[in-house]
Amino acid sequence: MKCRDIIKELGSYLNGDTDSALLAEVERHLAHCEDCRLVVDTTRKTIHLFCNSQPAPLPDDVRGRLHKALENRLRRRPS
Amino acid sequence: MGVCACCGNGYGNLMSGSRMECAPGSSRSNPVEPTSAKPAQARPSVSDGEGELVARAKAGDVRAFEELVNRYERKIFRLAMNITQNREDAEDVMQEAFLKSYSHLGGFQGDSRFYTWLVRITVNEGLMKLRKRRPGHVSLDESIETEDDLVIRELEDWGPSPEQRYAQTELQDILQAVIADLDPAFRMVFLLRDVEDFSTEETAELLGLTIPAVKSRLLRARLKLRQKLNRYFHKREEN
Repeated sequence: MKCRDIIKELGSYLNGDTDSALLAEVERHLAHCEDCRLVVDTTRKTIHLFCNSQPAPLPDDVRGRLHKALENRLRRRPS
Repeated sequence: MGVCACCGNGYGNLMSGSRMECAPGSSRSNPVEPTSAKPAQARPSVSDGEGELVARAKAGDVRAFEELVNRYERKIFRLAMNITQNREDAEDVMQEAFLKSYSHLGGFQGDSRFYTWLVRITVNEGLMKLRKRRPGHVSLDESIETEDDLVIRELEDWGPSPEQRYAQTELQDILQAVIADLDPAFRMVFLLRDVEDFSTEETAELLGLTIPAVKSRLLRARLKLRQKLNRYFHKREEN
């Protein structure tokens, strides 16, 4: 397995849905290829950073206007 | 190909256990390739008691609908912000999504989770907003992937974790700038699959893409984001 093949398999590898035979090949390659290990590591960190980022808070004024609009609409029954 | 119960639009794949319904206002069918029917991930925190609330709201219980809004308003605002990258647009998108979901509640058959249906409405509203802002420049349909997207340019260690090197607000600003710079066709897939935690199959259905297209764009989105973040996080030269 070459570096280019690792990149193609990176998506399923990071999702944990690589089949066991392929997984063994990927890990064999990673064991001796520092470049690919760096790519895997920094891509994994990229996903982690976005998944753990603080959600944009819902500002009080935005929430207030949402509930006002809904209040007006909820007075009528859904169609 | 089936026909959506709520709007009559055609839709493609019917995954076992997770049939999708069209979002109100959606005017096109979204053919989806057959899938191996990997079950959708269970997210009990989102769906606990949701069915009962939806049933009560459909029966005219206004408080039940308000409870659904309270439950999902933050998540929907975050999604709208991530799609539009603009607070005013995100507010419009969120309001429109909740108002439309209420107006069309009678047509919601419950074949998918209410939250998934709500996300689909939000995605449609968000994309409409983007298209108004940049007419002719936002399309999820066309093939935008190139072999060049898979070329790795930066091979540098990031050193200490970015969380240790940057203050929380600075880190948020960096992430915001980086994802705003990503083409919407990639951004949408990354947001739904990695940030919102929808399965590949659900993401495909929500965006009207094939599963291979979702996988391909997800990989490219992750690599592009990695490359953009590398500018901030690569290990600095010691002086």
